[in-house]
Amino acid sequence: MANSFTRMISGRNTAVILASVGAGSLTSGYLLCDSTADAAERRKLYPPSADFPDLRKHNNCMAAALTPTIYGHLRDKTTSNEWTVDQCIQTGVDNPGHPFIKTVGMVAGDEESYELFAELFDPVIKDRHNGYDPRTMKHPTDLDASKITSGMFDERYVLSSRVRTGRSIRGLSLPPACSRSERREVERVCVTALSGLKGDLAGRYYSLGDMSDREQQHLIDEHLLFDKPVSPLLTASGMARDWPDARGIWHNNEKNFLLWINEEDHTRIISMEKGGNMKRVFERFCRGLKQVEHLIQERGWEFMWNDRLGYILTCPSNLGTGLRAGVHVRLPMLSRDPRFKKILENLRLQKRGTGGVDTAATGDTVDISNNDRLGKSEVELVQLVVDGVNYLIECEKRLERGQDIKIPSPIPQFRK
Amino acid sequence: MPFGNTHNNFKLNYKVEDEFPDLSKHNNHMAKVLTKELYGKIRDRQTPSGYTLDDVIQTGVDNPGHPFIMTVGCVAGDEESYEVFKDLLDPIISDRHGGYKPTDKHVTDLNFENLKGGDDLDPAYVLSSRVRTGRSIKGFTLPPHNSRGERRGIEKLSVEALTSLDGEFKGKYYPLKSMTDAEQDQLINDHFLFDKPVSPLLTCAGMARDWPDGRGIMHNDNKTFLVWVNEEDHLRVISMQQGGNMREVFKRFCVGLKKIEEIFKKHGHGFMWNEHLGYILTCPSNLGTGLRGGVHVKLPKLSVHAKFDEILGRLRLQKRGTGGVDTASVGGVFDISNADRLGSSEVAQVQLVVDGVKLMVEMEKKLEKGEAIDSMIPAQK
Repeated sequence: MANSFTRMISGRNTAVILASVGAGSLTSGYLLCDSTADAAERRKLYPPSADFPDLRKHNNCMAAALTPTIYGHLRDKTTSNEWTVDQCIQTGVDNPGHPFIKTVGMVAGDEESYELFAELFDPVIKDRHNGYDPRTMKHPTDLDASKITSGMFDERYVLSSRVRTGRSIRGLSLPPACSRSERREVERVCVTALSGLKGDLAGRYYSLGDMSDREQQHLIDEHLLFDKPVSPLLTASGMARDWPDARGIWHNNEKNFLLWINEEDHTRIISMEKGGNMKRVFERFCRGLKQVEHLIQERGWEFMWNDRLGYILTCPSNLGTGLRAGVHVRLPMLSRDPRFKKILENLRLQKRGTGGVDTAATGDTVDISNNDRLGKSEVELVQLVVDGVNYLIECEKRLERGQDIKIPSPIPQFRK
Repeated sequence: MPFGNTHNNFKLNYKVEDEFPDLSKHNNHMAKVLTKELYGKIRDRQTPSGYTLDDVIQTGVDNPGHPFIMTVGCVAGDEESYEVFKDLLDPIISDRHGGYKPTDKHVTDLNFENLKGGDDLDPAYVLSSRVRTGRSIKGFTLPPHNSRGERRGIEKLSVEALTSLDGEFKGKYYPLKSMTDAEQDQLINDHFLFDKPVSPLLTCAGMARDWPDGRGIMHNDNKTFLVWVNEEDHLRVISMQQGGNMREVFKRFCVGLKKIEEIFKKHGHGFMWNEHLGYILTCPSNLGTGLRGGVHVKLPKLSVHAKFDEILGRLRLQKRGTGGVDTASVGGVFDISNADRLGSSEVAQVQLVVDGVKLMVEMEKKLEKGEAIDSMIPAQK
């Protein structure tokens, strides 16, 4: 392994191995070097009850799950990177909640957080992911795009298709917790791997800090540039520290395969194109992901993944596949039909405005994507979107012809 | 973050150059002083409560700088920060406070009787007078670092102290989190209510965590004495009234502060103070007296005079709009206050305001009569 991190040897590898086998509390017990005598004094002077947050006006998943008992068990634990439960929940304490959206209200600082603070993360995950129980269930991963059927939409209706996910580099802390050198290492690992991509995936990297004005304008014009997070949901968790250090965007020459480095997650991977060829978008997505994974593995790195939680990302809402597959689709009649909401619900789809989450639909075009992330594989979720969008288009056509439409029966939550 | 050195010991495994922040586009006091060598020298230090160098500088790393204002770019997490990180903070303090040396002594003088005059500023021009400062309570860590338990402890002590005041200081405490709508409206109308900080200079330092837990406002029945609890500092103490009687405002300020301090001392938690830095506050810019004494004054003619800024500089005063720092003046009314905090006493700083404003009002009157003011322009104070 030709990188400076091999010098980190024992501490790093121990943490990596222990994190991946879920021995969080063991690790923390073994490695917990009490920071200072004064800090220990403080802990005695202020027992967990003195520090328990006031969540009476809060409406997020963390506030619903956190009890004084759980907090008392977890407050004084630290991961081997010295990350604490207080740091996990800070964003949820600082942001009581959206009146319409139930936010998650906590983040992970590293892979081990999900183990060490499982007493809190597990009920939050269950709440957010429709009853998925990390203690008893297994998450399936399937990136074989050849399995997708009917993945070509009627382009009179579907204007564009897109699939995104995130990946974390095992052994490095996540954006809320990472130090500058860890973040820079994530950037190095990714950029080195991406430079090995060839053919239709070959491209280049734009570091946010070193971008020229011309490059910046180009990326803005192509709708590829991401901004410094301003949402307090994100800034309160510490993800925006040291901006724009080690942040950047990579895209291939065709501009249909794109990676964001060190934004909300270590990486966000996006495959997209105009038109309705979702199968091709997903095929490129899977191929690109596999190649990137292979390239980092050549250098001794891997993605964070386990069979309980699937791919490990910063926000619990993105566990499992971390996948959002969606289209911009014109549904002028259906979107005004009173049954539209119920149809979407039963198909396990969600609608957003074409500006993304929290935007309103403009005109007749809506963003339609999968609701679920955890408990179903990538192939299952994309197929669900394909079948669902085809159904919606069918409904639109029927309404155009003056025919009636049916609300489909609800799709089951998880495989049994 | 509270309870110890989260993450710092782990970061020490990484090389200095990998951890050193990129300050190439930065323009604040911290960025001017912090070199890679200095970073390497002090990054393994921590205060007894676990505050570290990266904690001190995070706000300055995240906020490269204001084009017009030279921001400080660092904060203290506890009293010991100023000692443990003196290699960084002493040069910043010197830069910010006019060359103040590590060996200099700061004089505290809260004897209002030492103020000369100040009761005769013309109320036709001086619309209101105000003095504010901050105080930190010994034995607690500061707003960037404290835990919820500590912050609530500070609030509890403060409420005990403040609600025990009598005479002209008798008043009521309003905790932010349980305020009724009616109370909130009243406090807004009185211009007393403080908002959750939104400036990234503050939020990046961690001061807004857990808002509004442990925060509140106390004011006396006359609405001339006001204390903010757990905003940017443990306490912000404000004395104010309409008109130009700065002497009375300053007297109330000094008397009120002394009373509060006595009560805290009785509980074994006096104010943080030392003879080098004076009163210890979160931001190095507020060390010394932490005092901003000022007036809202009508100077429509003087303010457009070519020498206005020079006059202010010589009088050691600064101007702001009537909305506070970073706002523009409205209708020729300016907020004029002392520019200095460290190296001169409270009495001296308020004296500068009193004398300087008196002079500027006379200049304004001269300009109204069409007369020149060149002979009145003072020497540098």
